Amino acid sequence: MTELVNGKGLDLIPKTDAKQTLKDFKSDQEVRWCPGCGDYAILAAVQSFLPELGLRRENIVFVSGIGCSSRFPYYLNTYGFHSIHGRAPAIATGLAASRPDLSVWVITGDGDALSIGGNHLIHALRRNVNLNVLLFNNRIYGLTKGQYSPTSEVGKITKSTPMGSLDKPFNPISLAIGAEASFVARTIDSDRKHLQSVLREATAHRGTSLVEIYQNCNIFNDNAFEPLKDPEVRDDITLRLEHDQPIVSTTKAVVRAAGGGIRVADRATVDEDEILIHDAHNPDPSVAFALSRLDEPAFEHVPIGIFRQVDRPAYDVLMAEQLEQAAAKQGPGDLNELLLGGDTWRIS
Amino acid sequence: MTKQVQQLDRVIIRFAGDSGDGMQLTGDRFTAGTAEFGNDLSTLPNFPAEIRAPAGTLPGVSSFQLHFADHDILTPGDAPNVLVAMNPAALKANLGDLPRGADIIANTDEFTKRNLQKVGYDGNPLEDDSLAEWRVHAVPLTSLTVKALEGFDISKKDAERSKNMFALGLLSWLYHRPTEHTISFLEQKFAKKPEIAKANIAAFQAGWNYGETTESFSVSYEIKPAKLEPGVYRNISGNQALAYGLIAASVQAELPLFLGSYPITPASDILHELSKHKQFGVRTFQAEDEIAGVGAALGAAFGGALGVTTTSGPGVVLKGETVGLAVMTELPLILVDVQRAGPSTGMPTKTEQTDLLMAMFGRNGESPVPIVAPSSPSDCFDAAIEAARIAVKYRTPVYLLSDGYLANGSEPWRLPEVSDLPDISTEFAVVTDDEFKPYTRNTETLARPWAIPGTPGLEHRIGGIEKADGTGNISYDPDNHDRMVRLRQAKIDGIDVPDLEVDDTHDGTRVLVLGWGSTYGPIAAAVRRIRKAGGKVAQAHLRHLNPLPANTGEVLKSYDKVLLPEINLGQLALILRAKFLVDIISYNRVRGLPFKAEELAGVIQDVIDSD
Repeated sequence: MTELVNGKGLDLIPKTDAKQTLKDFKSDQEVRWCPGCGDYAILAAVQSFLPELGLRRENIVFVSGIGCSSRFPYYLNTYGFHSIHGRAPAIATGLAASRPDLSVWVITGDGDALSIGGNHLIHALRRNVNLNVLLFNNRIYGLTKGQYSPTSEVGKITKSTPMGSLDKPFNPISLAIGAEASFVARTIDSDRKHLQSVLREATAHRGTSLVEIYQNCNIFNDNAFEPLKDPEVRDDITLRLEHDQPIVSTTKAVVRAAGGGIRVADRATVDEDEILIHDAHNPDPSVAFALSRLDEPAFEHVPIGIFRQVDRPAYDVLMAEQLEQAAAKQGPGDLNELLLGGDTWRIS
Repeated sequence: MTKQVQQLDRVIIRFAGDSGDGMQLTGDRFTAGTAEFGNDLSTLPNFPAEIRAPAGTLPGVSSFQLHFADHDILTPGDAPNVLVAMNPAALKANLGDLPRGADIIANTDEFTKRNLQKVGYDGNPLEDDSLAEWRVHAVPLTSLTVKALEGFDISKKDAERSKNMFALGLLSWLYHRPTEHTISFLEQKFAKKPEIAKANIAAFQAGWNYGETTESFSVSYEIKPAKLEPGVYRNISGNQALAYGLIAASVQAELPLFLGSYPITPASDILHELSKHKQFGVRTFQAEDEIAGVGAALGAAFGGALGVTTTSGPGVVLKGETVGLAVMTELPLILVDVQRAGPSTGMPTKTEQTDLLMAMFGRNGESPVPIVAPSSPSDCFDAAIEAARIAVKYRTPVYLLSDGYLANGSEPWRLPEVSDLPDISTEFAVVTDDEFKPYTRNTETLARPWAIPGTPGLEHRIGGIEKADGTGNISYDPDNHDRMVRLRQAKIDGIDVPDLEVDDTHDGTRVLVLGWGSTYGPIAAAVRRIRKAGGKVAQAHLRHLNPLPANTGEVLKSYDKVLLPEINLGQLALILRAKFLVDIISYNRVRGLPFKAEELAGVIQDVIDSD
């Protein structure tokens, strides 16, 4: 759990004693994603996770941009704001900065967060606005019917790139760490237990929690994450990141590389004490960044879990502190005093 | 020698120099002394966008014009009676505006061969006959200042930099301005550098004494205090008044103010001013870009704040999509556009009225937004409250169209009684026995409920997709869309807006001159001139551009001719012609500067004479 100067992650948000269930968080709207979409699994995981927080439902807000995943708020019986393409972090920033009593979630996708809204995402991260950002990464544009996205692999053949895409993709975890994020994690739609364990830590973290969720688009980019789901290979390639635990899969281990950096080694060939122990709380982000690079080239081995979780005051609290300081120093605002504040003269 | 004192009823002074010469500060201080003395006044700062353009060049000239009088005045004046020219560039750039017989006070030290050549003077105009039409006072301002500061422990450069205070002292003597305030101002400004403070004060006093002793000035002038309406006054610029208006609106609406903004000329001063008043619970958020500025303001509005964004034309372009979202989600939002010369970057420090059609129509879909425009620097205060009233009552984004002239210009402001300010408070929605529907409407205003997060039982989802009437659920139903488009339009059309008042003192007046926004002062001054000369003209000024006052058509049709001066190519005229089928006569100049009263008087006279 995150200890912060201003209390733990959810301290400022009103709680309820009433027992909540998954049903309390389902809205009356018919869910309209394609059959088989990974979004269903994420929605179910979130709906069944929320009761565990014990927050008053009216103090939870889901804000989204545009894209398949951005329909998410309609399906939750909380407050919700389905906004415009890429701008959810900006809108959520205004809301979260002025309302410390709210649990504000941003639902976004790889196109929404990393193309049109890239600027807002990185600035929300550096400011450490009190947001839980769930970035559904399916490595394709779904709602516009199948163009390549900023996380698509180079050479991707799509409607807009019949000869293959040319752009080097973003690695969302590397990007977030580079943008001064205080909480960065990766999970996957099909592993509800892991997804919920990450959400638990993300919500307990006060500040911006960025959670990348590998999400399958079965229409335009099916099986993009298949190696991570295939029982034959998944335990081999998944490197579990757990704080204070060695970073390993069944057959692989992360060790220090000669000359600095880290590398993935055959677990059988290394001593146990050579294996890197994960420290998510390390103030120095360089190892977390190095871990985020291990999935290159694609999916030979993929770290899953919390890369980074460090304490830093959240933006809303800092902003509220300035208001308190100003009121303490200048007294509460007095309109008459304000108007008379300059050089005045009287005409009688 | 006893010097002659002459009475004047009004004077227009223009201070001009290099952008590093401190002309804006000099003008500000002269204005403060003039305000304190009790004259009515109006100011026009005019400066380049570059912070320090190359020294001594024409593009680097910065000026500050001040018009003050013993009676109420409406504009910063057409043509200066006095030009203070700190260098040849300042002389050359401003000479064209100077009427014959005006005084020129020139800093001879800067009229060097090199400086003269820089601006294309072959000879020194102070020494040949080329300025014979004017009264030239050649004063070595720099060397006199340096000499006066010989005993101070400061560098020569710092001594030279005090020359603007010498000039201020001289002008303060020339026009009998009080000096105490300038002295205490300098003490405060340089509190951390006492030697610089003392030097500036000494330069200021030396300038005063120079006026008293030199033979170059044989006459000084008195302008009696103006008989203004009784009350407490202060001098205020448009941007400051607008910021105060937003704070007042927040207090009167009982809503915390949230400003999301990105720095842009000439609107940034509103952000600066608001960030100084956090004791009112004002949250100021300097966003990563214009889009995030308005986005954060809208997010805060969803959470129950009075959301505001401040910008200029290029920023409005970027905010358009979010304004559309605010129209669709029907949330209160104040959009301040301090208009500047465009298109594109245009001339950032120069004024224009060219964003009206963008504010009116610059979004996709049928997307009506109310528009309010202040008419003077101090009116920015009331206009901000009015914009907030409409936003809160009708749950809509509202454009407040100021401009560079209002933003930076200043005038005495009779302070309102706080108890007289309108109550613009509203109620948030609360749970009732009826099922909550986020898009039900108030039968009178057509506004939907403002149900903010944290309210139990009202959990709901809004967004940019078309809403089903009432429930607010996503709807692609054709008839529902048609109904919603008409409902959104009807809500804006139905906003309560006061009738257009006409100032018409004569029977049988056939010409109406109409204006909107910052042209009020020059138009009213021109109308006074016409009437003084025995002419007949009526005047009306629009504060609400959308919706227009209900009697607008009737007013327009009750005159034979309607003249509409605008600092654009006829944007309001286009709307009025379309709406009321009235053959508006447009007068348009787009020079980045306000109209001159004389110019408009000529245009009005031409219209009167033309039948």
